Amino acid sequence: MTRVLITGGTVLDQTGERRADVAVDPASGRIADVAPALAPSDGDVVLDATGCFVSPGFVDLHVHLREPGKEEAETIETGSRGAALGGFTAVVAMPNTDPAHDSVAVVEFVRAQGERAGLCEVLPSGCITVGRAGERLAPFGELAGAGVRLFTDDGNGVQDPLLMRRALEYAGPLGITLAQHCETSALTKGAVMHEGACCSHLGLPGWPALAEELMLFRDIELVRLTGVGMHFLHLSTARSVELVRAAKADGLPVTAEAAPHHFTLTDEMLTGYDPLFKVNPPLRTRADIDALKAGLADGTIDAIATDHAPHAPHTKELPLDQAPPGMLGLETALALAISELDMPPAAVVAALSWKPAAIAGVADRHGRPVAVGEPANLALFDPSHEWTVSAAGMASKSRNTPYGGRTVRGKVRHTIFRGHPVVVDGHATR
Amino acid sequence: MAREVMSAADVRRALTRVAHEIVERNHGLDGVVLVGLQRGGVWVAEALADVLAGIDAQHRVPVGALDVSFHRDDVGLRPIVPGSVTDIPVPLDGRVVVLTDDVLFTGRTVRAALEALNEYGRPRAVQLAVVVDRGHRELPIRPDYVGKNLPTSRDEQVAANADGVVLR
Amino acid sequence: MKHLLSITDLSPADIHGLLELTDHMVEISGRPIPKVPALRGRNVVSLFFEDSTRTRTSFDTAAKRLSADTMNFAVSSSSVNKGESLRDTVETIAAMGVDAFVVRHKSSGAPQMITRWTNASIINAGDGWHQHPTQALLDCYTIRTGLNRRDGFDGLHIAIVGDIRHSRVARSDVQAFSALGARVTLIAPPTLLPPSLEGWPVEVSHDLDAVVPHVDVLYLLRVQRERMDDALLPSMEEYSAMYGLDSRRAAQLAPHALVMHPGPMNRGVEMVVDPAELPGSVILNQVTNGVAVRMAVLFSVLGSGSDLRGSE
Repeated sequence: MTRVLITGGTVLDQTGERRADVAVDPASGRIADVAPALAPSDGDVVLDATGCFVSPGFVDLHVHLREPGKEEAETIETGSRGAALGGFTAVVAMPNTDPAHDSVAVVEFVRAQGERAGLCEVLPSGCITVGRAGERLAPFGELAGAGVRLFTDDGNGVQDPLLMRRALEYAGPLGITLAQHCETSALTKGAVMHEGACCSHLGLPGWPALAEELMLFRDIELVRLTGVGMHFLHLSTARSVELVRAAKADGLPVTAEAAPHHFTLTDEMLTGYDPLFKVNPPLRTRADIDALKAGLADGTIDAIATDHAPHAPHTKELPLDQAPPGMLGLETALALAISELDMPPAAVVAALSWKPAAIAGVADRHGRPVAVGEPANLALFDPSHEWTVSAAGMASKSRNTPYGGRTVRGKVRHTIFRGHPVVVDGHATR
Repeated sequence: MAREVMSAADVRRALTRVAHEIVERNHGLDGVVLVGLQRGGVWVAEALADVLAGIDAQHRVPVGALDVSFHRDDVGLRPIVPGSVTDIPVPLDGRVVVLTDDVLFTGRTVRAALEALNEYGRPRAVQLAVVVDRGHRELPIRPDYVGKNLPTSRDEQVAANADGVVLR
Repeated sequence: MKHLLSITDLSPADIHGLLELTDHMVEISGRPIPKVPALRGRNVVSLFFEDSTRTRTSFDTAAKRLSADTMNFAVSSSSVNKGESLRDTVETIAAMGVDAFVVRHKSSGAPQMITRWTNASIINAGDGWHQHPTQALLDCYTIRTGLNRRDGFDGLHIAIVGDIRHSRVARSDVQAFSALGARVTLIAPPTLLPPSLEGWPVEVSHDLDAVVPHVDVLYLLRVQRERMDDALLPSMEEYSAMYGLDSRRAAQLAPHALVMHPGPMNRGVEMVVDPAELPGSVILNQVTNGVAVRMAVLFSVLGSGSDLRGSE
């Protein structure tokens, strides 16, 4: 019988760190054996993991795969390939496609396209409101019945506090999680970048930190009122970290994520007016970066999520105020986390794997311990491998990474999805 | 290595001679205007005007200055150093304009000056007075009055002012 | 100088140099035939993505006085659909052979982006709220001649009044005036100031009356009616009462003080008096100097090459 044999690596999961070889059975998609040393049998596929951690595959709570609607920027297949190369075995596809994820037909399509690509599990999110318009609730029940676990209007925050209260109340018994893109849009009309010294100098409309914090505060209080949990997407400010920390101290069921660009880049990157650095929420200040890092380190921020947002090259050749916000993230997330966060490997993997798996409602099959009988969704990465980011070398259909030319540390060598090697030696097999 | 080829006294004597030639050639100073080329020709025009005042106290010859930066044929090839602004004190129509410069070399500055002058009117005649003619003309231009003909090689530099003429 | 994108690209010495060059251009402009052949054969293209007949005409006149060939490419805001790549527009025109683009765009930073897609020189004729460097230079030139300050603005007190937040003129002027040594005071309601003034070499006042008697230059900015819609101002009347130049305030000005405005003026809003009756008004001089300053900028960008010493 053919197995995939992972040799020479160090297993790293929620139970700790240990030297072990791992045998995977592709037929069942499960881990067949874990032992200090396993000898290959005839026909085994051997993957060398010397110098690597063997960890549960990563789960990205926040990717934009653009299909359906903007296939020139990304497809579910190209996005999945980028995910696999980044060590992700599951990604949550944001609902701001065209049409949006507000019907069973669309989420079934997205899921099916993910299965067809077969590179990682694509988990469609659902909209909170129909068409993400912020007016009427999307059919939570139907979508939950179709397997959707995370609901958000990402790209927009739900502005109406009454509607948001009703959404939480209605969602409560369905076992789903609502996730908020915190942006009080009245405060960000026309905004291009962080409101502060830099935007004042550059003559660009500012996106004040308050616009995020105000909605975050409102929603934390709605969680307190309704008792229904929430997840907060791509938090970017120091005060946001404070608010979540206080909410958790009060015992409220809230979780939060941060994107790698928000803990690596500041608003000063926009001095050259390069739309590659335009994101929403915007790049903030050094103090915000420090607070996000501290929040990740102490667990206030549960997960690292990429907000992978491909855009076709021509759209990034518009002036800053007209260019769409967003940057690629899947293939650089692990390296940025290892290079920039002063966190032990186990904490980095927690924020990339089992913690987001729980938030996404897929903890039954992703972010599992590396043990016999568990689903074989694994990321094998060398934490000391130095490499230089190349936009042209990415699997994405788009090229909008701001990290091109940057030398980073930490690279995925192999990715196993449902027992099959989908990335071998840094190359996708499908 | 610097070599003095004219002393201050030599320059003074040469300019005195040139001034007399100007008077002689034009049968007096009626209608004569001195226009120095920015920057090196301006002191020449002023020095000549002083000498001419001694020859004919009745006629104080008007003195102007002409900046030819914007008429040169090598615009874009060298940095422009704006000198003083052009100052033409009288209308030039019907006058005799004596252009003055310190050193005559390729003739390109003079060509530019002839073109620039057009924009201030139509002089009856334009004459050229220089302290030193060092040869190497690139255009069919010759001076009417010369302080000293000085054979030079192309890569030598000539500096001329009231204190003397130096070759390096 | 390859491009002129922002006053921050210029050292104080650069600014002085351009102002001295402007003296020459003023002389040329005063000749019977105000035209020199300096930029013969150079192609200067005005690329205006935002209407501005004044600025375009000023640059056009400047280019023609230097004998450059000029071409106007006006892209009305209606015809630029949002998907059209700025890059495609620029590369297409550049392919016709362009030495310099004069760019006006409603988006801050657009001229800087364009430098990546063409070898031509880019002159910023106003981008969004960001910069309008030739306006700042002509303002400096106007003050320099109006107050006879050839050597710099040390000791001068200049007040800029109005909508600083949305003003590329203010951003450029603050940098240029302070580079030349002036003390600059911004006077505006807090809603019309930028969200942060960190790093701005200015003082701030909300009391025009207290400042007017002490300034050498009073610079009024245009205030647009749309600002009321964004709740930045309660009414134009209130703005005018608090920040407009009326005859009472005009009488408080020092006798030598200059009154300036980048145009077009909002009569009855920031400019309540008739500027023709203000002895210190140099508003029309600003327009006249605009042509000469733009000649100096075009010549610096296109006419001055690297040093090939010793031709004569």
